[in-house]
Amino acid sequence: MSGADAKQLRAARRQLAIDSIGIWVLAIVIGTIFGFTAREGGLSLIETAAFSAFLFAGAAQFAAVGLLAVAAPWASIVLLVWLLNARHFLYAASIAPHAAALPRRVRAGLAYLLTDEAFALTSAHVARLGRMDLSGAWYAGFAIFVPWNLATLAGWLAGAALPDPATIGLDVAFPASMAGLAVGLVRDRAALAALVAGSAAAVGSALLVNASAAVMIGGLLGPLVGLVVVNRRRATR
Amino acid sequence: MIDPLRSDLVPLAILAGIGTYAARALPLLATGADRLPAPVLAYLRLIGPAVLGAIAAVNVFVDDASLRLGPEAVAVVVGALIGRWRDSLLVGMAATVLAVLLLRATIAA
Repeated sequence: MSGADAKQLRAARRQLAIDSIGIWVLAIVIGTIFGFTAREGGLSLIETAAFSAFLFAGAAQFAAVGLLAVAAPWASIVLLVWLLNARHFLYAASIAPHAAALPRRVRAGLAYLLTDEAFALTSAHVARLGRMDLSGAWYAGFAIFVPWNLATLAGWLAGAALPDPATIGLDVAFPASMAGLAVGLVRDRAALAALVAGSAAAVGSALLVNASAAVMIGGLLGPLVGLVVVNRRRATR
Repeated sequence: MIDPLRSDLVPLAILAGIGTYAARALPLLATGADRLPAPVLAYLRLIGPAVLGAIAAVNVFVDDASLRLGPEAVAVVVGALIGRWRDSLLVGMAATVLAVLLLRATIAA
């Protein structure tokens, strides 16, 4: 590695570390709420911890607890969780070309940690470097996994004593992190078009179809619009 | 009183996790991801901004299957733009939190 490459890597890792601070806060706040919600929903400490450790997907965990509270059958809970998390397929597909040279067991390990936030941090890190940085990818994954699981336990044990996140403005931390990372990935007109079209398609789908399908629809349609923008610009030159 | 060590729902968590892991792992474990045609790679590169933007937009613009244009939407857009300007997610998130608190206080006053 040349001196310039090493300098670029250090700068990108520093930025990753700074960006991850907001994600820690997010994971701690939402993880604590999940732990508290799960306890209120009748889950034991072990069961609550199992959802955070084995499922490790915030929105789907809340949905599962909500369905358990109304005594929904396990099959419907599992199906809903799988549908909610189908968007993770897109995340993995997006990262796969950069990770192809890594050993299979490493890719299998990274896949376990691939949440919304880990994907967002990893994508931004890859975009800065133009390649995969394995240490950065592990860091992005564990930057969510560790605080999320610890906060889940804390929330179950002491959640009732904590303030409502809305009173201190932290209820917007999740959309703020997603929007911030999305905007950070915009490097050209195609990405901007994908962001705008994906967001608009998702909102339209959430209003007309349902919220769980909306993200998938936005995530699939947005890049198509981005490609059309690129091809039109090429055609007009 | 809930028994903290009860484990009846642990198999459900594992079942739910298996499908989730499959969605996360299958594209990463498939071979040849680096030899995909250029248009496919271009498409995959654009998934990040599209899907993250979609998550944020649904969170702040949709409430109970209705369109919502509240202080949260304004704060998130403003915070994202400030974060982009300062090239820092942390600054953007802090700006969002401050903006939403200010807007809520203004509306309540």
